[in-house]
Order: sequence, then C-alpha cells, then structure tokens
Amino acid sequence: MAGSNKTNPTTALRTGITPPRWLLAELTYACPLQCPYCSNPIDYAKYQSELDTEDWKRVLTQARKMGAVQLGFSGGEPLTRKDLPELVKHARGLGYYSNLITSGYGLTEEKIIQLKEAGLDHIQVSIQASSQELNDHIAGTESFQHKKEVAHLVKKHGYPMVLCVVIHRENIHQMPQILEMAEELGADYLELANTQYYGWAHANRDLLLPTKEQFEQAEQIAQAFKEKVAGKMKIYYVVPDFHEDRPKACMNGWGTTFLTIAPDGVALPCHSARELPGLDCPNVKDYSIEQIWNESKAFNFFRGYEWMKEPCSSCDEKEKDFGGCRCQAYLLTGDMYAADPVCSKSPNHPVIQEAIDSARASALSDNEKPLIFRNSKNSRLLS
Amino acid sequence: MSINPDQTIKFSPMHRLQWEEVQQKDVILYPEGMVELNQSSAEILKMCDGTRKLDQIIADLEQKFAMTGLVNDITAFLEVALKNGWIQQN
Repeated sequence: MAGSNKTNPTTALRTGITPPRWLLAELTYACPLQCPYCSNPIDYAKYQSELDTEDWKRVLTQARKMGAVQLGFSGGEPLTRKDLPELVKHARGLGYYSNLITSGYGLTEEKIIQLKEAGLDHIQVSIQASSQELNDHIAGTESFQHKKEVAHLVKKHGYPMVLCVVIHRENIHQMPQILEMAEELGADYLELANTQYYGWAHANRDLLLPTKEQFEQAEQIAQAFKEKVAGKMKIYYVVPDFHEDRPKACMNGWGTTFLTIAPDGVALPCHSARELPGLDCPNVKDYSIEQIWNESKAFNFFRGYEWMKEPCSSCDEKEKDFGGCRCQAYLLTGDMYAADPVCSKSPNHPVIQEAIDSARASALSDNEKPLIFRNSKNSRLLS
Repeated sequence: MSINPDQTIKFSPMHRLQWEEVQQKDVILYPEGMVELNQSSAEILKMCDGTRKLDQIIADLEQKFAMTGLVNDITAFLEVALKNGWIQQN
C-alpha cells in the first residue's frame, strides 16, 4: 500500500500489535460553536468532504471485528449529521458501547429519545463555564441555558450523564461554581479537562494557559470535592502536563489502543496526528481498518521503541510514558522524534517554562491580543 | 458501604456487562472505561439480576459449580462491585 514500510514484511509487523479498543468517529468538522481550544486541526476548513453513511457503517463493522468496543461519536458537532441515529443503531447492533460527544446544540428531547431507542449508551455534554456570560463568550454562541436543559433531559431519559468542562485561564477561577453546577445538574461523571495545547489551543496558548498557582489551587478544590461526592459522581481530572515534570503516556502508546477516523475518512493514531509531517495517514476509502491498523506506515511509525532518540531510548521510564506525546514534541521542538519537552530529562525542557512565562506576560499585559475563535474564516486565514 | 443481605442485588443500568469475542472475556463497559473480568467475577455478576439476595446468589453459584465455602469470596467481590457502582440494591 502507499506509504507502507517496505523493509518490514507484514507478518513481522503483525507480531506484538494489540488490537484497537477505542474508536473515535469524527463525523464532521461542522460545528455551531467556536471554542478557541478546539482540538480539530487549524486548517480544518480545507477538508470539506465527509464520509457517507455506508462508509461509516463499513468502518464501524471492520473496527468492531478487530476488537474495538468503546465508540465515541464526535466532531465538530456530530448532531449536524442527519444519519446519526442510523449510525448509532448500526453500532449497537455490532455491540459497541457508544458515546455521543456533543455541545448539546441542536439536541431536543425528541432526538434524545430517538437516540436512546437506536441504542446510544451515554451522552457527554460540554459546558464552557459556570456562568452564562462566560460560557456564551467562550463558545462564541448563546448556548448556556440550552446546555443546562439538555443535561436535565439526558438524566431524565436514563442515560449516564457525563459533563465535560475544558479548563483554562478564562474559567479556572470558576472551579468551585463548576463543581456545584455539575452536582446540581446530577452529572454521573464530570470530566475536568485541563486544556491540551494542540490545534486551536496551541494558537491561543498565551491567552489560555493558567499559572502554576492557579492550577494548584483549582486542583486542590477539585480533589476535595472528589471526596465529598465519592460514590455519587465520578470525577475524571485530565492533568495539565505543562506543570508536570514527566510526560503523559499519550494514547496509551502509539497504535496500541486508539483509532481516530477524521470526517474525510483519514485514519489517525491520535486526533492531532494530522499535524505531523510525512505520516501519509491512510484513508478508509482506500484500505480496510485491518490493513490500516496492522500495515500502514502511519500506525507503525511510533509503535514500540525503535524510533526513539536519547534521552528516551535509554530511559528506564520509556515503557511507562512512551516518550510522551509526538504531536507536542513536534509543535514545541520541531522534531517529532524528540522527547516530549514536558519531561525534565529533555534538553528542550526550557521551552515549557518559556511558554508559561509568555502566557503570564500576556496575562499581565495591558493590550492582550484577543482570542482566535475556531471558525471557517479564521481557519482559512491561518492555514 | 456494604451488601444488605435482606435486599435483592441487580446489575447497574448505568453499566453494561458483555462478552467480548476478541478478548475471550466478559467486560464491564461504562463512560470512558472498561473493566476486564475473570470468569468467576463474571459468573457472580450474571447472578445479579434483581431477583436474588446475597444468600441466594451464593447458593446458586455453589450449586452451579458443585463447590462449597464460597461465601467469603463472593461477598468480598460483591462489596467491591457495590463500591464501584457495578451493582445496586434497593
């Protein structure tokens, strides 16, 4: 296949490859919201084509056969796809545990019932802040009241309700109110996702990255609350890796667990991998999921430890964190083979402190530049 | 939090218990997660159908596997299951 590694016979590649467990189906890049930390690529506007219903059904069938079981319908806003109930039904028939990852925009009670009947297992609603003013500012859309109504309806119809709040400098001071709001809405799970600086968040980092003191205070509040609601609400806390000294075990290791399919059918080992050069990520229109997972250049690129440079290759922690995140290494050092600079053993580690200092200077500045909102106009301007 | 012997036990409607062919094991699925079960844990959870109380579950499993003395193991596992929200009583 195009871009496959000719020096490695297929049979050897298959040895030791674990099957995919999680499938993220990014159904569309269309979204009514404009969150400035969106994980979609900056240049998303140039990918106009979308897989059709039959393509998606084939992808779901093939990935399930390989062992994928957790399924996220994501985007953009997946509700903009008219065939969502049909895809949910197909997924349920295959035995997936499926999750709708939504802004809540466009979600009516009728649709919630329809998706339940189709076999949807749970709904993850994102809320941008605990106050209407800030939520609507960050989302770039008037959406706060509707999101709260949606959260109630999700509960009313018996879904486990996952509330997701992305945390950054504009809303981190609302941590106590965010926790209260989640409890009030009856969330079964609360995901406190500290912003990961890829895509749009990378472009807006000076305006979004909180200080270490802000992180520590917010984390303390969240931890105390976790104990208070134990047994009632489960809190997932996505760590802010810029303030750690070891990198995250990104994607549980490249090509071991996670498979993302972008709206146009490009298969990615992680949802940011589109930003990496030279991977030749394959398209599901050209290859089966099995070929893509086992044989493609992209999925084998950072499998195992062979690709590593120092300090990773001789590091006794490489099996724990796999050298961290490839996209972060590329974005911050220009070298996708380098150690994730979050690691204090990385010679590039000072770039993290520089980013933190730069964000702090921006926060203190009198004429801080405005946030760049995620929309097609800005996408075209920036790419 | 511990098992009330006077109440029936049911598997949580907020989780799903399912056989995975590729993994050749039963798993519990829930938002953002999956727990792989060994055979005995899966057998215990399958008894939690909302009709049986603790002593009935133990008796049925001992009969099914022609064993005795399972009371401590089963009770201990169900305590863990309750704490994790996999089963409910009311």
